[in-house]
Amino acid sequence: MDENLITLTIDGQKVKAKEGTTILQAAKQAGIDIPTLCFLKDINEVGDCRMCIVEVEGRRGFATSCIQTVEEGMVVHTHTPNVLEARHVILDLIISNHAKDCLTCTRSGNCELQTLAVKFNVLNVEFEGERTKHKVDNISPSIERDFNKCILCRRCIAACKNVQKIGAIDCISRGFESCISTVGDKSLNDVNCTFCGQCIEACPTGALHEKETINDVWVKLKDKDTYVIVQTAPAVRVALGEEFGMDIGTNVTGKMVTALKRLGFDKIFDTNTGADFTIMEEANEFVQRIQNNGVLPMITSCSPGWVRYIEMNYPELLPHLSTCKSPHEMLGAILKTYYAKKEGIDPKNIYVVSVMPCIAKKFERQRDELKNNDLYNVDNVITTRELSRMIKQANIEFNKLEDSEFDLPLGEATGAGAIFGTTGGVMEAALRTAQDTLTGKDLKEIDFKEVRGGKGIKKSKVNIAGKDLKVVAASGLANAKEILEEIKNKKADYQFVEIMACPGGCVMGGGQPIKSSKIQSEVDVRKLRADALYSIDEKSVIRKSHENPVINKVYDEFLEKPGSHIAHELLHTSYKEREKYI
Amino acid sequence: MSQDEVIEVIKQSGLRGRGGAGFPTGKKWEFTKASKDSQKYVVCNADEGDPGAFMDRSILEGDPHCVLEAMAIAAYAIGANKGYIYVRAEYPIAVKRLKIAIRQAEDYGILGENIFDTDFNFDIEIRLGAGAFVCGEETALLESIEGKRGQPRVKPPYPAQSGLWGKPTLINNVETYANISQIILKGSEWFSSIGTETSKGTKVFALGGNVNNIGLVEVPMGTTLREIVYDIGGGIPNGRDFKAAQTGGPSGGCIPKEHLDTPIDYESLKQIGSMMGSGGLIVMDDTKCMVCLAKFYLEFTVSESCGKCTPCRIGTKRMLEILERLCAGEGSELDIYKLEKLAANIQKSSICGLGQSAPNPVISTLKYFREEFRQHAIQKECKALECKAMSKITINEEKCKGCGLCQKHCPVNAIEGTGREIRMINQDKCIKCGTCLTNCPFHAIGN
Repeated sequence: MDENLITLTIDGQKVKAKEGTTILQAAKQAGIDIPTLCFLKDINEVGDCRMCIVEVEGRRGFATSCIQTVEEGMVVHTHTPNVLEARHVILDLIISNHAKDCLTCTRSGNCELQTLAVKFNVLNVEFEGERTKHKVDNISPSIERDFNKCILCRRCIAACKNVQKIGAIDCISRGFESCISTVGDKSLNDVNCTFCGQCIEACPTGALHEKETINDVWVKLKDKDTYVIVQTAPAVRVALGEEFGMDIGTNVTGKMVTALKRLGFDKIFDTNTGADFTIMEEANEFVQRIQNNGVLPMITSCSPGWVRYIEMNYPELLPHLSTCKSPHEMLGAILKTYYAKKEGIDPKNIYVVSVMPCIAKKFERQRDELKNNDLYNVDNVITTRELSRMIKQANIEFNKLEDSEFDLPLGEATGAGAIFGTTGGVMEAALRTAQDTLTGKDLKEIDFKEVRGGKGIKKSKVNIAGKDLKVVAASGLANAKEILEEIKNKKADYQFVEIMACPGGCVMGGGQPIKSSKIQSEVDVRKLRADALYSIDEKSVIRKSHENPVINKVYDEFLEKPGSHIAHELLHTSYKEREKYI
Repeated sequence: MSQDEVIEVIKQSGLRGRGGAGFPTGKKWEFTKASKDSQKYVVCNADEGDPGAFMDRSILEGDPHCVLEAMAIAAYAIGANKGYIYVRAEYPIAVKRLKIAIRQAEDYGILGENIFDTDFNFDIEIRLGAGAFVCGEETALLESIEGKRGQPRVKPPYPAQSGLWGKPTLINNVETYANISQIILKGSEWFSSIGTETSKGTKVFALGGNVNNIGLVEVPMGTTLREIVYDIGGGIPNGRDFKAAQTGGPSGGCIPKEHLDTPIDYESLKQIGSMMGSGGLIVMDDTKCMVCLAKFYLEFTVSESCGKCTPCRIGTKRMLEILERLCAGEGSELDIYKLEKLAANIQKSSICGLGQSAPNPVISTLKYFREEFRQHAIQKECKALECKAMSKITINEEKCKGCGLCQKHCPVNAIEGTGREIRMINQDKCIKCGTCLTNCPFHAIGN
């Protein structure tokens, strides 16, 4: 037996736990699920809500089980009459200042407060009283805040301030009037928010959610004159199933495509194909920068939250950013030019819907820089969650669907495109193409395992064509900041940097199915979803973007070659310094 | 003296924290010294916030050096080299004099590097509070010094283990420090000869309210409330009766007449449902409504709650709402039950001392003046006439001598009658201001 183990008793059970373990964790090991609300593993462990209080024998008052660490011989009771009464009162108080409009709340059924109310069978609110009133902030294209539903757990603050190191939101006012707000109580649209959406993923209630735009999709789907094309990002297919009760990390590509067909989209294409285009352009841009003494390191630009971040915070480093549009925007541009011409459709009548794991994409698609011929490359962005709602509203029994394939030609993608959805994936895909390009060979060693995994910053040295390249993949904006500071202070010797705004990459994006604090503390959601993407890659016949026949065909027939004039027109973009506060 | 010797003297003296909770000072020093770290801090809590309390202010304005000296002694004892005084910005004279004192001490080499040609270095910086009562709570104070929102931390860990910037930190209040130099000079035996078995030395109180002599009083621990109110305070003005005294400010409780002979020390006060607190002592005569008193203190805590934890943020607000209902004549018996349930649970489940003690004024008034609460809830009556919504002022015909003084003072001419006639109050005109009540020489006016 390990000597460092501490023995304690929880609800009469002997529990052994490592030193430094909290009572909450130790209880979990023993199958005791102490209720929590403000707790979010590794992100918010502050003991504010008081739901997790327990009694420790010989101790005055209650112990905060999410913070208090275990001690030898400790005797803990998690449901004495005292604890139960206090927990009831606390829950009652929270609900007394909550909107309670569950019927019209996007989080109904997936709300941690609601779950607790059911668990404790709250039938009436004993301590009703004045409720704080807040205005709803729905100005931004990405996110809505309704703080009438906020329970002040501050998980959003922790996600924004500690995880992402943005600090767009914090607590203002005091006491009963306390609320979460921004600088000058402005809309999130007008402050330093990057629209990464990590606050939404952290929120236990419906106080934060994406700006829903599915109604526009419904309308376009019914409009006979509009040719509605949908494309789905890599990370969507490994998370959508969760909204239908499937295991985390289930790959539901086939069912998803069938559902999209049933919804009535005219064509269902794959953003993974867009990702293959991105690799062609980005790998070429990278090689050009190396060969022509361009600005290095080059940093990827697929993540719109990240792009917004660098525009606001490090405008002087914008020349490092690859000029490549993100994959769905590239695909959108090709759909409204090459594809439209080929199919004889007026581009004005094409409506491109992107299903994304991301809410920043909703902002991105409105950028003026992402227009060609006066048309936005993408017309609507909906999240994984929104797609699941559409499927449910269309009365489709998702779990019973047969599999089907993406439409051709722009539904054919490589394994390289699939792994775009996880941190390190863009890097790996780019390296696969770069090494073949530089050596002129068809190399078989294509797994760059050093850039895989959940670490926030993954530095690696790769040898390509006899040349050592230093690369780094960072996810989460706090890590991005660290890399940017290195670059800014000339301490970085990398040539290639991949950055994704969300910790873990797109699989953990702000538009993905929201996992409760309980699930987040029990399973590694990121790993399960990312593993599913690597499995798609492994099973793919073609695993290098430049070997995608569709890509080659489009270049042959239309784009000429990577970095050509027309490729620049359609597939590249520009950036601008952005005011943090407007 | 060695570090351990200093700590031993303080321990032997029996000095306990004067900020409110009464934790043995020597023990605190010992714990902080025992925490191993190359960087430690000494902090002085000068964020005196209890309404009507100004003990610390008088020390800081009168003798700032005694605090600086004590902090240096503490720093030497625990092995710290940096000190902070967290003083509320509402004390500009104290701040000014502290600054002068720090400069003087630095000039004399009592603060700074190589103090008295030893290798002991210690300097002190002032940090100003922005007016939040909760910043007097030690962990919230530390957060505030760190430049963050003044919110408490969950304890443990205690500041002695992990305080300012996660480093071991000794934090004492002004009055506690003010005792240190005298203890070192005169010895622990001298100090412990004053006071009671468990509470040594003297305590300063800010005596206020319905008492003839108001101001700061310093008494040996163990002095009774009666001695303070009647001997030092000169009794209750206008010949009225003593009803209760509130010690410990919004965190404390009220002491009724039957406990006037309670010796003032940490344990005795706790036993009767109050607390020492930092030294506020407010006396109330029989015209004071105890439900209003509870409401007053709850108004204070509600506006001073930081909003971090649920029970304090929402719970105290709900308690206040109930008290407001009771005072408005809109309460019910169920409200008293709710008050008690909330009070008990807020006390047990709040994060910090502010929340944990916020219900005390309600619990203690309910304990001693339950009947008054019931009168408000059931009969809709406020015998003290403070709750205007339901008070009806009448003149006792048997006691009235027809002097007309009440009439003369009534601001709205609501009192009728002429000559030596017994006076009557026109209830339609009466605004229940109570002026007649206080001006009646025969105590003939009441409810």
